Amino acid sequence: MSEPTLPGFFTRFFLAWAAYFRTLFDAQFAAGVIRLREGKPALPEEAPKNKKAPKRASESDESASDGDGKASEGSKKDKKPEEKKKEVVLREAGPEAALQLLALLQREGRFVDFLEEDVSSFSDAQIGAAARVVHDGCRKAIREHLPIAPVRSEDEGARVKLEKGFDAHAVRLTGNVTGEAPFTGTLAHRGWKVKEVKLPKMTEGHDATIVAPAEVEV
Amino acid sequence: MTASYAIGIDLGTTHSALAYVDLDLSEGEDVALHVKDVAQHVGVGQIEDKKLLPSFLYLPHPGELAPGALALPWKADHAFTVGELARQLGAKTPMRLVSSAKSWLGHGAVDRRAPILPPKTMQDEGDIPRVSPLEASTRYLAHLRDAWDHANPDAPLAEQDVVITVPASFDPGARELTSEAARLAGLEHAVLLEEPQAALYSWVQRSEGGWRKQVKLGDVILVVDLGGGTSDMSLIAVTEEGGNLTLSRVAVGDHILLGGDNMDLALAAFVQKKLEQQGHKLDAWQMGALVHACRNAKETLLADGAPDAAPIVVPTRGSKLIGGSLRTELTAKEIAELLVEGFFPVVAASDRPLSRPRTGLRAIGLPYAQDAAITRHLAAFLGKQIDATEDLAGFVAQKGAFLHPTAVLFNGGVLKAPMLARRILEVLNQWLEADGAPPARLLEGADLDLAVARGAAYYAYVRRGKGVRIRGGTAKSYYVGIESSMPAVPGMEPPLSALCIAPFGMEEGTHAEAAPQELGLVVGEHVSFRFFESATRRDDRPGTVVDRIEQLEELPSIEATLPAEPSAGHRSGDIVPVRLQAAVTELGTLRLEAIGNKASERWKIELDVRR
Repeated sequence: MSEPTLPGFFTRFFLAWAAYFRTLFDAQFAAGVIRLREGKPALPEEAPKNKKAPKRASESDESASDGDGKASEGSKKDKKPEEKKKEVVLREAGPEAALQLLALLQREGRFVDFLEEDVSSFSDAQIGAAARVVHDGCRKAIREHLPIAPVRSEDEGARVKLEKGFDAHAVRLTGNVTGEAPFTGTLAHRGWKVKEVKLPKMTEGHDATIVAPAEVEV
Repeated sequence: MTASYAIGIDLGTTHSALAYVDLDLSEGEDVALHVKDVAQHVGVGQIEDKKLLPSFLYLPHPGELAPGALALPWKADHAFTVGELARQLGAKTPMRLVSSAKSWLGHGAVDRRAPILPPKTMQDEGDIPRVSPLEASTRYLAHLRDAWDHANPDAPLAEQDVVITVPASFDPGARELTSEAARLAGLEHAVLLEEPQAALYSWVQRSEGGWRKQVKLGDVILVVDLGGGTSDMSLIAVTEEGGNLTLSRVAVGDHILLGGDNMDLALAAFVQKKLEQQGHKLDAWQMGALVHACRNAKETLLADGAPDAAPIVVPTRGSKLIGGSLRTELTAKEIAELLVEGFFPVVAASDRPLSRPRTGLRAIGLPYAQDAAITRHLAAFLGKQIDATEDLAGFVAQKGAFLHPTAVLFNGGVLKAPMLARRILEVLNQWLEADGAPPARLLEGADLDLAVARGAAYYAYVRRGKGVRIRGGTAKSYYVGIESSMPAVPGMEPPLSALCIAPFGMEEGTHAEAAPQELGLVVGEHVSFRFFESATRRDDRPGTVVDRIEQLEELPSIEATLPAEPSAGHRSGDIVPVRLQAAVTELGTLRLEAIGNKASERWKIELDVRR
C-alpha cells in the first residue's frame, strides 16, 4: 500500500466500497473525506478538545455524517474550535465493523466472490445472472443490518423548499447557491440515511479478516 | 413466586419464537405484548439477536471449528449450536444436523427418548454424537431460556408464567414429551396450548376487543395453520355464556406432515429437472441453494401483481460466481401448476386424501403425508367433523355433507403467498355454495409468522383471569383395547374391543370418573395396552365399550408396571384388579392411572413407552 504506484481498477473499486461504508458509519472518517474534497489534508490541523475517542452524541455535532436535525444548533457553536483541530483519534471499532460488514455481504450475497472475479471475459447475461445473487443477498443483508431510508420522501425531480436552518448535513445545496434561505430547488437525489446499525457481536478470538473461510469437502 | 412476564413460546418444526407480555404495563385488553429477539450464532463466532430461532441443532466434529467459536454470552463454549448457524452449517454437512425434531417427537413409531437424531447415513463411521428427539427439543427450549435470562437477569424465565405451543394434532404421548422437555429445560410449570388456538388468541389480542364485533353467536371459525413442516386445522365455535361471547374449540384435525418445505422441495425438484435437461448436474450444496432460490421465487410469483416469471440462479459453491452460476427461470404458470394445483387442487367436498398401501420395505423415517393435496385433507376434516357443533346452543343443525365454517383464520408462513390463501378460501366457498350455505369470510389481521408465539403469550396473560379464554378441553376421547372373553378358536385372535377411559372435552385440572370395568394387572411385569383415540365420538363416557375398533385411531401403546410390594401384599405374578382413570393436568397433559381397590393404590400408566 505504501508503494508510490497508482492503485489499479479493482483496488479502486474495492476502496470505493470500503470508503462508502466507512463514510456512512465513521463520523471522523467522513470528516476527513470532506477535508480531502476541500483540498485540505485528511487529518485536521489541530487536536480535538478531548483526545480520547468521543461519544457518538457529541461527535455528531462536529462531523458531517450524522443527518439528524437535532445536531444543527450545536454545530454552529462548535464550528470555530473544529478548525483549530490537529489530530483525530479514530475509533478502534472501525476496521472490525467494516470487515464484519464485508463478511456479511459475502455470506449473504457472495459480494467478494463477485468483486474478485474478472468480469471482462463474461457476457452481460452471465454477469447479470450472478448479479441477481449478489443483489438479492446484499440487499437482504443491508436491510436486516443497516436499514436505509431516503433522506427526502419527495420524488426525484420534485420542487422542494428548504427553510432557514435546514440540516446541511442531510441536504446538500448545488448549482446556483446564492442568496438567503428559504431555498427552492429541484430534488436531484433523494439521499440515503441509515436508520439503525445492527451488526452481529463477535466472540473473543474471532478473526474478522477471514471474511469467508476456505471450504474443504471431505 | 411472582411473575413479571407472561411468556409464549412457539416451539416450531422449523422455527421457534418467544413473545412476552409485560404484566406491569398491561391492563385488561390493553396488553404490552412484544416478540423477544433471540441471541444466537449467525455465523461462526458471530452472535446476533433475531426474531426467529431456527429449530436446528448442529453437532460439529471436535476439530471442525476453532475453540471458543461457539461461545455464547452466557456460556464460554458449547459442543453444539442451535439456530441460524446450525442451519447454515447443516446445509453443507447434513449428516451432523438435527432438523424437524418436533416431527420426530410426534412420531409414535420410534423411541423418542433414544438417541436417533441425526438419522444414520451410509457414510456414518459411528463417531457422530446423537441426541433423542426429546433432547433436541430440550436444547431449543434451554437456548430460549438462556437467551431470555441473559437479557433479563432479574426475571429468569423459570419464574415467569410460560406457555409452550404444540400442534393440535399431537397425541397425549407427544404432549407429555413436550412437557418433559420443558421440565428438563428448567421450565417446570410450562403450560401447553394448541397452536391453532394460539393463532386465534393472537387475532383476538390484535383486535383489542374488536373481535366481538367481527364474529357472532353461531359462527364456526376454521383455523388453517400451514407451517414449514406440518399442517394443523381446528374448528372453534363462537358460543355465548351469561350474555357474553365465548370461544369453544370443538374439533382438531389429524396430524399431517405436510408444509411449506414440501412445496419448496417440489419446486426445486422441478427446476432441477429443467437444469438437467440443459446438461447441468447439481451437487448436494447446490440443491440446497436451489431450494432457497425456489422459496424466494415462490413468494415473488404468488404475490399480488406478480411478474410472469422469476429468475432462478443457482450459484456455484466455489468462488467463481459469474462463470459457474446456473440460470433458469420459473414462470407463474409453472408455479400455479405445481403449487396451486398440486397442493391446493379444486376438489369436491366429498373427496378424501388418497392413501397408497405402504410398501413392505420402508426406511425408518418420518411418516410424511402421502397425499400432498391440502384441500383434500381439509375436505376430510370437515366431513369427519360434521357433528362437531351438534350439542352447542345457538347453532343451526348442519344440513349438508360437511361442517360449514362461517369464518376462516389463516396462520403459518406458507400463507404469506396470497394466491394460496385465496385458493383455500375459494375451494371452501365452492363447497359451501354447493351445500347452499353462505360463503365463509376471512378474519383479517393475522401475523402469519409470529402469531403462535404472540397468541401463546396472550394466553399466558389471560390465564391469570383477564380476558376471553377459548374453552374446549381435550379434543379427543381415549380408549384402551380389551380382549373379549370368548371361547378360544384355533388360528383366530380373540376379537378386540375398546374401553373408553377419557371422554371428550376434559378441561385442564379435571379428572374423569374411573371406568367401572376391572382389569387384571400382573404384578412385577410390564403390562401394555393398545391405545386408541377418536376425534368424533363426543358422547362416550368412561366405561363405554366400542366393539368396532376400526372406528378409532390407534396410538402408540401405553404401559403400566405394578411394582411388587410385599408390604401391600403384592407379590410378583399376582394379578391385581384395577380400574383405569384419566385426568388432565393443569399443564394440559393427559395422565392415566390404574387404581386398585384400596384408595392408596394408584399407579401411573406411561403414555410414552420405551421401545
